[in-house]
Amino acid sequence: MSDYSNWRGIAAVYRFEMARFARTALSSLATPVITTALYFIVFGSAIGSRMQQVDGIPYAAFIVPGLIMLSMFTESIFNAAIGIFMPKWSGTIYELLSAPLSPIETVIAYVGAAATKSMVLGIIILTTAHFFVSLPIAHPVAMIGFMALVSISFCLFGFIMGIWAKSWEQLQIIPMLVVTPMTFLGGAFYSITMLPEPWRTITLFNPVVYLISGFRWTFFGVGDVPIVTSLVFVAGFILVAIGVIYWMFRTGYRLKN
Amino acid sequence: MAPIISIRGLSKTYASGHKALRAVDLDINSGEIFALLGPNGAGKTSLISILCGIVRPTSGTASVAGHDISSDYRAARRAIGLVPQELTTDQFETVLATVTHSRGLFGLRKNPAHIESVLRALSLWEKKDAKIMELSGGMKRRVMIAKALSHEPRVLFLDEPTAGVDVDLRRDMWDLVRKLREGGTTIILTTHYIEEAEEMADRVGVITGGRLILVEEKTALMKKLGRRTLTVHLGEPLSALPSELADWELRLSEDGQDLIYEFDTYDEESGIPALLRRLDQSGIGFKDLNTRQSSLEDIFVGLVHDQARGNAEQEQAA
Repeated sequence: MSDYSNWRGIAAVYRFEMARFARTALSSLATPVITTALYFIVFGSAIGSRMQQVDGIPYAAFIVPGLIMLSMFTESIFNAAIGIFMPKWSGTIYELLSAPLSPIETVIAYVGAAATKSMVLGIIILTTAHFFVSLPIAHPVAMIGFMALVSISFCLFGFIMGIWAKSWEQLQIIPMLVVTPMTFLGGAFYSITMLPEPWRTITLFNPVVYLISGFRWTFFGVGDVPIVTSLVFVAGFILVAIGVIYWMFRTGYRLKN
Repeated sequence: MAPIISIRGLSKTYASGHKALRAVDLDINSGEIFALLGPNGAGKTSLISILCGIVRPTSGTASVAGHDISSDYRAARRAIGLVPQELTTDQFETVLATVTHSRGLFGLRKNPAHIESVLRALSLWEKKDAKIMELSGGMKRRVMIAKALSHEPRVLFLDEPTAGVDVDLRRDMWDLVRKLREGGTTIILTTHYIEEAEEMADRVGVITGGRLILVEEKTALMKKLGRRTLTVHLGEPLSALPSELADWELRLSEDGQDLIYEFDTYDEESGIPALLRRLDQSGIGFKDLNTRQSSLEDIFVGLVHDQARGNAEQEQAA
């Protein structure tokens, strides 16, 4: 290894990615905002008014953390995956591979940019939610921190998807077939304490439960599982993702012959 | 002077089992234009891709500007500018943005004056604010060259630089290559067009079947392997070679109209005067004669042919 780091290279990739996001800012930010608004109208107002409070929280407010997570999961995976998949698909990746950039720097640049976008999106959805419900935030700093951790972990996951995918179809298949169901079944719209056994126990095997629960804790001070458990899960997720990426770069998996 | 690129025992076997490179040794001198000549699939692009970090070698070592390509890859890659064969560029970026991006990617601080001079040299300055997708194929190729030059590389790789390129760009590119060499840049180009190597290169390496079979000064190569061909256009077509002419290695053209005689340029005796006397004695009339110096292309075809035959014999023996 050389004794300097190529921070200008990281900045160049980061800027390139942010410019790409800026070009599609309208569609990529308007879509989740509209989706969120629709969820509020349907779940918050129409159905929520007939529902009891969950854990002492009005239902419309209860679903906000889950909704933010839902959008952030999808967008994080998608943005990070596209970031590395596009050059691979178009062939422009030759330049990245031939640049004096270490694997760690490449990941920092791509995942950093995608996570930044996810954070912006999460904050926009949160702001939108404020127009619909009154929303206390018990631990604002923890809330932002948790958002950042979730963005990073799902962007790492998306980065893996982007390297793994050989086609546009493969790129979408994991988010659609795995992540979306796991999110819906992970307590985005309900507390898992509302589930009968054995579903409640089965649900505890869904990692998304720990993420949504932890994020909800930062708002209301209560979650389905203790916040420490949630943090351990996020940390574990990040470590596994970094491990997989490390393996991919070391072996050149689907990047280099 | 130490070579700027040094390659030792470099081999590459792809996952498919295809052996793209077989123990290649090569030194490239600083400041020269080196042409790597070979047919499609000879291993030219594999060799360049390994040096640039795009493909991993199976075995062997290489260094660029004194830096090992794997243990000191940052410094090695910084010294290299690559213009790949395939026309691949970003689409939505502007010309100026993409070339500036390339410089940053290689870790250099911004230098708008350098970027401007590169874009001007490639007649791209007027198009600097155009999106790449709006450009023609030739202009995109210019953008790729500009990207490769954005970080002031000491070594420039041009992989099949004139494949599908118009005359203007070809001329501009050669002007630029000469200018770069005057400035001390080493240039390695791969090609299967012999004229390109003949026109540009100081030295030529011939690669085929993953083996570097010959590396030679271009002029020495042409001298060493140069052959001339004498064509005798006959008055009357012949159906077969007359036995009187068996002393010379002659060929008869398919229509029987021409006698073809190949000989080494630098042989003391070509045997031509004797051949002409014998023709006269045998009563074979001819209308015209011409001799032709063989080009690098003929040399090359001969080499590749010999190599292929050699391989086949080896395999039979084994």
